[in-house]
Amino acid sequence: MSFQIVVLGSVVPDPLQTLEPVATPQGPGLKNEQMLPNVLDPWAGHALYEAANLAAKTPGSKVTLLALGPKAKLQQVMMAVAQKVPFELVALDGPAGGFTDAHEVSAKLADAVKALPGLDRSKLLLFGGWESASRGAGVTLAMVGERLEIPDQFQGVDQIAPKPDGSFEVLERVEGGKHQVSVCKGAPAVLGWATGNLPEPKNNPQVGMANMRLVMPALQKAVPAAVSTGGVEFVSVQVPKAQRETRIVKDMSPEDVAKEIVAWISQD
Amino acid sequence: MDTILLLTHAEADGSVPKAALEALSAARTLGAPVTAGVFGGTAEKAAASLAGHGIQKVLTVSGPAFAEPRYATDAAAATGLAKASGATLVVCPATSRMARVMAGVAQRLGGRIDTHVTQLVNEGGPAAIRWYYRQRIEAKLRRKERPWVLLVDPGATAAAQPEGSDAPPVEAVAVAAPEARTTVSGVRAPSSGEQTIRPDAKLLFVAGAGWTKKQPDGKPHPDRAEALILAFLRASKASLGSSKSLVDQAGEGQKVFEFMSHLNQVGQTGATPRHPKGLSTCCHGEEPHVVGWRFIRERRAVNTDANCGWARGKADVVYVADAFAVMEKVNAILAAKG
Repeated sequence: MSFQIVVLGSVVPDPLQTLEPVATPQGPGLKNEQMLPNVLDPWAGHALYEAANLAAKTPGSKVTLLALGPKAKLQQVMMAVAQKVPFELVALDGPAGGFTDAHEVSAKLADAVKALPGLDRSKLLLFGGWESASRGAGVTLAMVGERLEIPDQFQGVDQIAPKPDGSFEVLERVEGGKHQVSVCKGAPAVLGWATGNLPEPKNNPQVGMANMRLVMPALQKAVPAAVSTGGVEFVSVQVPKAQRETRIVKDMSPEDVAKEIVAWISQD
Repeated sequence: MDTILLLTHAEADGSVPKAALEALSAARTLGAPVTAGVFGGTAEKAAASLAGHGIQKVLTVSGPAFAEPRYATDAAAATGLAKASGATLVVCPATSRMARVMAGVAQRLGGRIDTHVTQLVNEGGPAAIRWYYRQRIEAKLRRKERPWVLLVDPGATAAAQPEGSDAPPVEAVAVAAPEARTTVSGVRAPSSGEQTIRPDAKLLFVAGAGWTKKQPDGKPHPDRAEALILAFLRASKASLGSSKSLVDQAGEGQKVFEFMSHLNQVGQTGATPRHPKGLSTCCHGEEPHVVGWRFIRERRAVNTDANCGWARGKADVVYVADAFAVMEKVNAILAAKG
């Protein structure tokens, strides 16, 4: 049994950057947004690495990364991501900011999935992050799945285990640090990944060279995908004051520190 | 004027999730009449427990086909209830079960959805407050599109308390269960059985990668670290969080704690738990981790580095000390207190 795994994912500002909202004619944005270094969204990254891992275990499978983002940012990020695992890129050239409307984004992505050459729904697994580090709503992937009329969706996925008959077991995060265990009869299905269980793959120059032969043409062919803030009216957008007056305690014995901590955690 | 549907699943035992009562509390602030919609294996107990909350009517979809938390059947039930209610605002608790289906349901309803709502406000119309960029930017937003589905984060609002009004009438809604291609076989604890994630705990205890690093004697002591952490969790009933670097060690073949998994991870790619207090140990307090502490009100840290991230305005108190020594003493005091 092989799968056609389509991973939805885009770029987000590097988490180490300071983010400051600004008003733009198109709605809220980030200060110096074009200048901020970007990375592949962490959850989308987990989805991509899990997809590659699944494809490696199921011969004949193929991984496509479908990304909606500014072409220049995608190019910058793909230089790094392409070193990790084998995939084909399909790019849509449009804004990837957190304030864009998930409904508009999902419509563009669903159309792009439908237009993938040789798409076989009976083998389609639609992967992505269960959230993103930008909008962080956890709805885009689900709405793409719904637009594609995929009847089985899983969110907060940490594991997929394929079986010889084409079915697969899925572990989804539920309350209390546990996993719900489900068995799906087979593709098509939507899987929104949490962190999974895989580390970030090490750079592989051979994979990078093979990927980049396809990435650059894909970026050149990127279709414009204008998305906006949709029907959302942002009343206010701000960074809350988070700076605390930190008391730094040095030269206190472990016993005294322990007493202070116990007293503190014992207070209501 | 908007009409509100409080839409929730019933728990496996038939009760209403606590998070649903919190969502009800948020919905009430909008000042519009509230109808409730409940789906699950059985909905009678849940419907009865909504008595006294000023709810006008309870709509239910129930039956064995709707017992399992599964996208196909849950989405059908939720869509049926939303349509039957005719509500313009659909307020839901952001439980894992509701979060799995409501984006798809909003799509089926031709509506819009916003999630991770921390507050609903009535300013001549409903507005929602939520966070962007992993709890770094807070926005208040309005929408004209209806129906507007809103998922309220658990723990963001106090649960609604009954006020003594009559039990609302209950009305069953007929929904045909679609073919289920997915079977739910149960729930599995991810680790060795030690319960370390406690969403209702008063304290979040975060262990960073420093617990597995070389100690002053030049050797790492992961077994001792494991014993200290577990002893503290058992005595304090705290919930265990972790930095990404520590849980990632599992995939890199390094020694990791048996009870620790990615589910414990707090931060940029982990959880954003809600606890009144948080104690960080052997963790540098880097920004990608600390964004997961947005809803931890009181924060203290134990670290040997006086210049760590926690000391730069991210914690209330930073103890510059050896966490091994401190936690051993803490455990001794807690043990003596019984």
